[in-house]
Amino acid sequence: MPAAQSAAPPHQRQVLSPKVASWLQVAPMAVIFTLMVLIPLAIIFVVSFLDYDFAQVFPELYLGSWVDLFTSQLTLNLYALTFKFVAIVWVVTFVLGFCIAYFLSFHVRSGALRLLLMAAIAIPFWTSGPIRMVSWVPLLGREGLINQALMGLHLTSEPVTWLMYSEFAVLVAYINLLTMPMVAAMANSMAKIPHSVIQAAKDAGASEGQIIRDIIFPLIKPGIAIGSIFVVTAVMGDVFIVKQMSGSQVNTVGMSIVTELNAFMYPPAAAKSIVLLVIVLSIVGLLLRFADIRKELQK
Amino acid sequence: MTDATTTPSYKYKSASAKTGLSRRALLKTGAAAAAASALPAPMLWAQNIKDITITHIGQSYSTIPQIAEKANEDLDFEVVMQTAPDTTTHVNRLLTQPDTVDVTDMPNTNMKYFLGRGVLMPVPVSAYKYWDQTLSLFVDGTYPDGTAASLEGYAPIKSQYWKDESAQEFSLTPTDYLVGVPMYYNADTLGIRPDLIGRPIDSWGELLNPEFAGKVALQDGVSTGIADAAMALEALGEVTYVDKGNMTKAEIDATIEKLIEYKKAGQFRSFWSNFDQSVQLMASGEVELQSMWSPAVTEVRTRGIECTYQGMKEGYRGWYIMMSAMNHLEGLKRDCAIEYMNWVNAGWAGAFISRQGFYNSVPDNAKEFMTADEYGYWYEGKAAQGDILNPFGKVMEKAGATRDGGALWDRMGNIGIWNTLMDEDRYLVRQWQDFLSA
Repeated sequence: MPAAQSAAPPHQRQVLSPKVASWLQVAPMAVIFTLMVLIPLAIIFVVSFLDYDFAQVFPELYLGSWVDLFTSQLTLNLYALTFKFVAIVWVVTFVLGFCIAYFLSFHVRSGALRLLLMAAIAIPFWTSGPIRMVSWVPLLGREGLINQALMGLHLTSEPVTWLMYSEFAVLVAYINLLTMPMVAAMANSMAKIPHSVIQAAKDAGASEGQIIRDIIFPLIKPGIAIGSIFVVTAVMGDVFIVKQMSGSQVNTVGMSIVTELNAFMYPPAAAKSIVLLVIVLSIVGLLLRFADIRKELQK
Repeated sequence: MTDATTTPSYKYKSASAKTGLSRRALLKTGAAAAAASALPAPMLWAQNIKDITITHIGQSYSTIPQIAEKANEDLDFEVVMQTAPDTTTHVNRLLTQPDTVDVTDMPNTNMKYFLGRGVLMPVPVSAYKYWDQTLSLFVDGTYPDGTAASLEGYAPIKSQYWKDESAQEFSLTPTDYLVGVPMYYNADTLGIRPDLIGRPIDSWGELLNPEFAGKVALQDGVSTGIADAAMALEALGEVTYVDKGNMTKAEIDATIEKLIEYKKAGQFRSFWSNFDQSVQLMASGEVELQSMWSPAVTEVRTRGIECTYQGMKEGYRGWYIMMSAMNHLEGLKRDCAIEYMNWVNAGWAGAFISRQGFYNSVPDNAKEFMTADEYGYWYEGKAAQGDILNPFGKVMEKAGATRDGGALWDRMGNIGIWNTLMDEDRYLVRQWQDFLSA
């Protein structure tokens, strides 16, 4: 494109109609998107209909991957568990995220302190993922701090084993990881609410509960939606945390795809990926109805 | 390398030292061609060998920096090691970008993925110097006393030879073409925390004993996890197999059904998928009993925690790693790749890896680079006279200790199952997910 422009004499530039100009402007992104996203997706789609064995995919039509995906108990189990994780993590991070963001935005008066507290939320992320996962063992493990405390207080005689390598442990790690984006998204939306509006409500005699329900909630909907998108996509796409925290004993949709990829069985993994993608995109589309991202970015 | 002083220098070095010239120096003087005829193996270094780079791709257990350093010291071409993070990445790289690799080492269970692909080079038996010193277990699938080794699972002999030079099919009987050069192997068994268990453990069946509910781990990954589980289920008589290393669909169903019962009853604490995890599970006391690799047991012990690794009455689970070269190699580079494969089994690297608890396929060569005490401890089941050091110079056993399970053939001679990749892999992977989901 730059070459075409420099080749054209200056007075001819106006010849380019606005429509052509916009097409040219989107062209680079369109090319990248087509090459790096659409074509690979199309290939994945095609592969999901092929026969396979021992790291080979044969160019023969085989519907087994899709039949299994749509008729097996396994699929139901995988999605039931994945959605259970999404639901629990979303509710907990929403409640935690809202309380923390509300406190930071409306109860911490000093701007510097607010910034400091925001930064403090990020402290767990100063270290790498694998280290963070291993660090749960000294806390939640059989001989971990919590079990030592429980036994020290004579609340239990045997170590509590469901704290680690369990669904509970997976949830703890998710919530630990995903509360921060929820806080950040909501605090960002709250920061845009003029204090004068809150003040006016207070002057008119509104209680704190009324202010939250009638003013803050409606105004931070975009923040809630963005935070939720973050949480939902992170949980649905995760394979690392669930593997580490459950000791590979919990099978989610993502884990199932990884198991098949590790066994070089591409067609069933491709079929599962496509269904997962469709589901995640639908959820994101639904959530975006609550948030106009373009409007958010313009503010 | 604390052991370097106790081991003789590499053969090739001493050979060229006799002439008073290093090979590199010869090349520099440009007198290579003239001198070549006066020295053994002139073919390889008569030309621009120093410009050749051999890329060796392996995993953390084989691409060890100290070995690369020594290889570059001994050989006149450059050896570059790259470490694949996991088997999937490793195999994918070999299958999809074979031209970026020259030499690789892989568990033999992967070999099925390479059938009919034309990616691996048939290694002529005549090009490999140590075939006549290689253990018969790999040469023809027999033990030293002539009896046939177990064929349950993916026994080494199942993918040791190509049928012919076209390298399309394996042969169960010796031919002139090797799929790869035998490298390391071992007999794995259960790692045990005797301080926590307090009674002898002598059967794989104990993995499923309710006494240890919530205190055992399986290896993650379908093919290893199922092999461990099959050893246990067969020991308990809960499932009977024709070949537990290559199950029928009905046997897979029966196995998965039993495993789901055990999982629901809370038998398994965790599954481990790498070395560090297995060490961490054992060292932290999360798990008291699990199938382990020898160096992981060593690591637990180096931390001062008791961990035993003796054989079970049903035998060990054997595994085997071989080194293959890629089919795109030709000319001088091909010669260098073969030279490197020869070097790997010439002793130094074999001794290094032996100190980690693995065995080398040419023990005679490794022996030359180990002290008598080391060789006695690692290979002959003798009590250590002095401290036994790991390859990195850390004391791992005090004088008087003997290796769990005894001598090489006490361990390798008693294989109950080999690591496996079953014919019904596709069905197994599918059913295994039901187990994980349960």
